[in-house]
Amino acid sequence: MAQTADTAASAHPAQPAPGGGPATSAISARPTGLRPGRPRPRRALLRKATPWLFLAVPVALLLTFTYTPVANMLYYSFTDWDGFSPDRKLVGTANYSELFTRPDLFRVFFVSLFYLASGAVQMVLALYFATVLSFNVRFRNFFKGVLFFPYLINGVAIGFVFLYFFQPGGTLDSVLRLAGIHGEHLWLGDPKLANWSLASVSLWRYLGLNFVLFLGAIQSIPGEIYEAADLDGANRWHQVRYLILPGIRPVVSLAAILVVSGSLSAFEIPYIMTGGSNGTTTFVIQTVKLAFQFNKVGLASAAAVVLLGIVLVVTWIQRILVPDEGVDLT
Amino acid sequence: MRKRSAAMAAAVMACTMAMAACSGGAHGGGGPAATAAPPSDPSKVSGDITVLTHKTDLAADGTLARYAAEFTKIYPNVHVKFEPIVDYEGDVKIRLNSDDYGDVLMIPAAVPVDDYPKFFAPLGTPAELGQKYRFIDKGTDNGQVYGIAINGNATGMVYNKAVWQQAGVSSWPKTPEEFLADLKAIKDKGQAIPLYTIYHEGWPMTAWQSYLGEASCDPKANDNLATDPAPWAAGKELNGIDTLLYNVVHDGLTEKDPTTTAWEGSKGQIAAGKIGTLALASWAISQMKAAAKTGGQDPANIGFMPYPAQVDGHFCSVISPDYMEAVSIHSQHKAAARAWVDWFVDKSTYAQDQALLPTLKTGTLPAELKAYQDAGVQFIELSQDKNALVSKIDNESEIGLNKPDYRQHIVDLARGAGGGTLDGDFADLDKKWAAAVKSAGS
Repeated sequence: MAQTADTAASAHPAQPAPGGGPATSAISARPTGLRPGRPRPRRALLRKATPWLFLAVPVALLLTFTYTPVANMLYYSFTDWDGFSPDRKLVGTANYSELFTRPDLFRVFFVSLFYLASGAVQMVLALYFATVLSFNVRFRNFFKGVLFFPYLINGVAIGFVFLYFFQPGGTLDSVLRLAGIHGEHLWLGDPKLANWSLASVSLWRYLGLNFVLFLGAIQSIPGEIYEAADLDGANRWHQVRYLILPGIRPVVSLAAILVVSGSLSAFEIPYIMTGGSNGTTTFVIQTVKLAFQFNKVGLASAAAVVLLGIVLVVTWIQRILVPDEGVDLT
Repeated sequence: MRKRSAAMAAAVMACTMAMAACSGGAHGGGGPAATAAPPSDPSKVSGDITVLTHKTDLAADGTLARYAAEFTKIYPNVHVKFEPIVDYEGDVKIRLNSDDYGDVLMIPAAVPVDDYPKFFAPLGTPAELGQKYRFIDKGTDNGQVYGIAINGNATGMVYNKAVWQQAGVSSWPKTPEEFLADLKAIKDKGQAIPLYTIYHEGWPMTAWQSYLGEASCDPKANDNLATDPAPWAAGKELNGIDTLLYNVVHDGLTEKDPTTTAWEGSKGQIAAGKIGTLALASWAISQMKAAAKTGGQDPANIGFMPYPAQVDGHFCSVISPDYMEAVSIHSQHKAAARAWVDWFVDKSTYAQDQALLPTLKTGTLPAELKAYQDAGVQFIELSQDKNALVSKIDNESEIGLNKPDYRQHIVDLARGAGGGTLDGDFADLDKKWAAAVKSAGS
């Protein structure tokens, strides 16, 4: 005990003597400040406070940038604030009752189904690529890079790139012509195609994230288990079916939660590419328009709170259906 | 230890500051602020003022700095700094929640007129300012003027003269039917897209709202909306404007896929004769001419025509204010700020340089608008008496007369992508509007 206290004292001089360097102060601090076996109360307090001090910064950031805005949003949802006026009136639950008595505001969730469908495809593809690339394949790292790259590009840039890609007679049509499919398609102009086009962009963008999650999980499965499986005469398919899939189940369920909440709150790609026109409005786009076009920040906040609630409920249901058990491969 | 307590203090400070920032916006409007009166002696005014501006292009090419240098010649003790903001409307609207939104700023369009006294210093009475400037009533609340427009715009359509002439059209169409026939003639020529909607960008679609008042030549056109339960009924002005837009798109006289068209590209294309017409107000003329010059085309080909409708044998064009300049109520140098506002509309050559309609009644009209007026187009100013109520109804109904969505939907219907009919849409709009008139009007 005395030794630890000594080291601590020399590492962090408590009271530097005036004019003295750290070495002198450490010596001078020893006889007065420390008695073996009984640390000074102040020092004990400091020791107890240390973890809290370390926590203070992240907690402060979290409170400032996550919980305060959410609390503010909750508060706004009970007001009729227009977004800039210094005055706002409390209106109770009027915003919520307006929200729930207007079915047109909820019809936009239909659009989320497109993103949900593309999310399902995205998970299957990501799982496939992660499994294939977890084995020894030629140019493995190159393909990993290719798959993850889209996730690193700025969403606005993706929006603009795909705007040209989808133009009639644009990149996509030219590529299709090479494959023998002729004609100019209105990929974004045809309301039957528009949501599929947007959802496929979102698939392209987020595939990399899912892929990396899966790949990391697969690689955390210890190598001896594969070796043992090899000795037992298991082929590749057996390994996938009985080792990899059960091994990464928690990550798959996490990815599923991300996909569902992502498809409910799809925003960036449709907002940049179509601005929500042509039947591509999602719930978040609609909320943004309510808040910033029609100055109904109160109603929009209520909509955001409802979306938060929906995402929480969906996650909760999912946790009930697929409980998060520990993985035991032995 | 000293270091640790310093870190803790910093963390505590950060929290407190964040809380203060979060609760910002609750500041009261306060009592009536002192008028930002124009200074009588230029040499006595002093101070550094910040001007928030949406003119990022003019800030980048040094034009604004040149104006500031001119200004400093008269007001040697005032220094003007510009803060160009790309997403002006969105950013400044949010900054109004704080006390820090420059000394001089353009009033964001979203701020309702009756909120002006909370944010801006009064500049004078409409009676005295109205003699000198146009558009004063747009910035007036309760007998005080809060904003002076930096310039005005005349509504109409930008067109390529050569394209229209090659199609055999030599005079401006006088009715929507003639307009459609002329566009068809351009289409038959096969050289150009008759009219480009720029649907994808959204904001160009809002130009169609500016034709309100142009078809009827009625200064009360906007005010009338405040009490009209069915502005889209057959024979009403909005019905006519939207039907024309519908027909133009429905007859295939616009771009093939409006959802992927870009605004920047349209400038070069109209200059090169690939586009016949753009539904944009007079501010666009100078940009199209500049594009023609860059593209090696003749800028004289860019013309400006009124909305195809006549009343008593003449065309009408609505002139309306662009952004209005105002002095922040929190400004420390209100006199200097006011001096800049006055100098900018009175003395700077901004309107002439950019070929815009000057706010100053005695200012010279740019050549294009002079020709416009000489061709018998009558300028009218829409009354703003009930504008606050109309925008309240508009927001309440979530139609958005000046927002792109409502007209984008009409284009969607016209090209068979909306799943509905124009009449059904009109009935729907009327229903929403009538409900909002009732709830907002009371």
